[in-house]
Amino acid sequence: MGKTLFDKVWAAHTVRELPNGMTQLLIGTHLIHEVTSPQAFGMLRDLGLKVLYPHRTFATVDHIVPTDEREEPFSDELADAMIKELRKNCAESGIKFFDIASGKQGIVHIVGPEQGITQPGTTIACGDSHTSTHGAFGAIAFGIGTSQVRDVLATQTMALQKPKVRRINVDGKLAPGVYSKDVILHIIRMLGVNGGLGYAYEYGGSTFDAFTQEERMTVCNMSIEGGARVGYVNPDQTTYDYLRGRPYAPSQAEFEAAVARWKSFASDADAAYDDVVNYKASDIGPTVTWGINPGQAIFIDEDVPAPGDLPEKDRATAEEAYEHMKLKPGRPIKGTKVDVAFLGSCTNARLSDLQEVARYVKGKKVKSSVKGIVVPGSQGVATLAESMGLADIFRDAGFEWRGAGCSMCLGMNPDKLVGDQLCASSSNRNFKGRQGSPTGRTVLMSPLMVAAAAVTGEISDAREVFTLS
Amino acid sequence: MSLPKITQLAGTGVYVPGDDVDTDRIIPARYMKCVTFDGLGEYAFYDERFDAGGNPKPHPINDPRYAGASILLAGRNFGCGSSREHAPQALYRHGIRAVLAESFAEIFFGNSITLGMPCLVMDGRDIRALAALIDEAPQTEINIDVANGQVNMADISFPAALPDHAKEALVNGRWDAIADLLEGLDDVNATAARLPYMASA
Ligand code: SF4
Repeated sequence: MGKTLFDKVWAAHTVRELPNGMTQLLIGTHLIHEVTSPQAFGMLRDLGLKVLYPHRTFATVDHIVPTDEREEPFSDELADAMIKELRKNCAESGIKFFDIASGKQGIVHIVGPEQGITQPGTTIACGDSHTSTHGAFGAIAFGIGTSQVRDVLATQTMALQKPKVRRINVDGKLAPGVYSKDVILHIIRMLGVNGGLGYAYEYGGSTFDAFTQEERMTVCNMSIEGGARVGYVNPDQTTYDYLRGRPYAPSQAEFEAAVARWKSFASDADAAYDDVVNYKASDIGPTVTWGINPGQAIFIDEDVPAPGDLPEKDRATAEEAYEHMKLKPGRPIKGTKVDVAFLGSCTNARLSDLQEVARYVKGKKVKSSVKGIVVPGSQGVATLAESMGLADIFRDAGFEWRGAGCSMCLGMNPDKLVGDQLCASSSNRNFKGRQGSPTGRTVLMSPLMVAAAAVTGEISDAREVFTLS
Repeated sequence: MSLPKITQLAGTGVYVPGDDVDTDRIIPARYMKCVTFDGLGEYAFYDERFDAGGNPKPHPINDPRYAGASILLAGRNFGCGSSREHAPQALYRHGIRAVLAESFAEIFFGNSITLGMPCLVMDGRDIRALAALIDEAPQTEINIDVANGQVNMADISFPAALPDHAKEALVNGRWDAIADLLEGLDDVNATAARLPYMASA
């Protein structure tokens, strides 16, 4: 039997077995940001330890940065203290920091790939659960807690238990108006929000083969929402083409040798998996969430499920969801009034997302009752989008065009929902209170569906609003 | 670095029902604006415990009957979502020393063990039975036998599971991995030297 990419990368990075049976795994690339790293540097100091391989850690600031008034000091003193702390820690330890003034700052999971830091056959860790995003390049990427950030800083390793691997095949061509976001929302709906516990997800099949690198990132990003800490796609020509020429990718002279190495990590054709599931692209439609976790999802033309439609074990959470979301079971979700439309986050704020939406919103207007904001995932994305005229298209349509950061994905900066506002969001989490207001309501969907909601003022089918077929 | 061996724990319990309780609920993101974990305890489950005006809402953790509880009972997939260690830190600093649930999200589980806060998996029926016992006599002590995978209250005993690696780590006082990891530094450097990308910046 052959091996999976996961097996091969794991083996290449295994340092030794620890006394408790866990593996000490080398983490080749470490990404840090301002929210989960300061305490780790504090622990390091308390223990009298130093950063072992500072050149393998990269930092940026994303969660707390304001997206409008970005001059320092920030009006929020705590946020200001956090960015200064990160700057100080990076300077003291010799860590590369993509600071605001660098023009390269952005959401950590967008910056890593964009800079070519994210590479196939590597291990990556970051104190953020959406680190699974980097798996789109055939890397094994783990979201970690702050104590593990400390472990990686001090030893470039962490203690891990090897998970099982589930292969998820999606085959066929997606219909117009159906995106990679719908694919992952569908997978989570089918397998459940804890279906991936103890697993790494390997995504493949002809749908994934045809995806761009950015589409693959959207899927891998949300692996953790299905309970899988790691999600990845085997690297192929699409991956190599994406990386060529990026600042931290191997130089032209070394590139072919690197590609040969990267290829050697791909799963063998006869690789053994612990589980395999198959889906057809033609069965997937534009998907929206109706509840308070990403598994509570339906196609746009379905009704919000009634308790009787759900398995017994899901009913209690559904009751909580009806109450919080103020949605009626057994009724269509289409037509629900929307207050805010948020196009952003590490799931869907890359250039291709903005390009796709701009194609359709050109000449349209955001409904006056809706606050529409577009938050590019990085300064790199923002600069390109501005030079290509996309920013103007969004502004002309009545969207606010903001600076790069996490923004309303989690509302740690001034971008928050107010009261029980309902937000059509291209982000990845619809937990209660996620967007900054304890009673705020989030409906997850693809970027184009967010645009459809912005234009009509209600949850809508983008295929109808923008006459796609 | 020597850590206490965590073999037995005793304390009173509090049941917070519900499945898929995510870390945004355990500690809302707005309370993560801090550069240390100090003071997080008061914000545990904040939005569930207080309304917009900061007035207490009915919640088991606010209920004086369960005051001082150090053992938290929960449902399925507890601690899902964000990897924030602020979540177990907030619980720990609130006084929680162990969590009993039907299942745990993986990152939360690991973060909690690293703090020396055992997370044990129990059958859903047993959780509810234990919750009923707590409800009857909230100040009766619960005993957790980490080494033998048992939870005892009054004279009733429930099985409670912990993966071997976590059990080993707790009972041997090696639940914070840093000491073990540091011992392997020579091997770390050797492994890194075999991987070409480790040399580049
Ligand atoms: S965009 Fe959202 S999910 Fe992504 S890193 Fe930022 S806060 Fe986390």
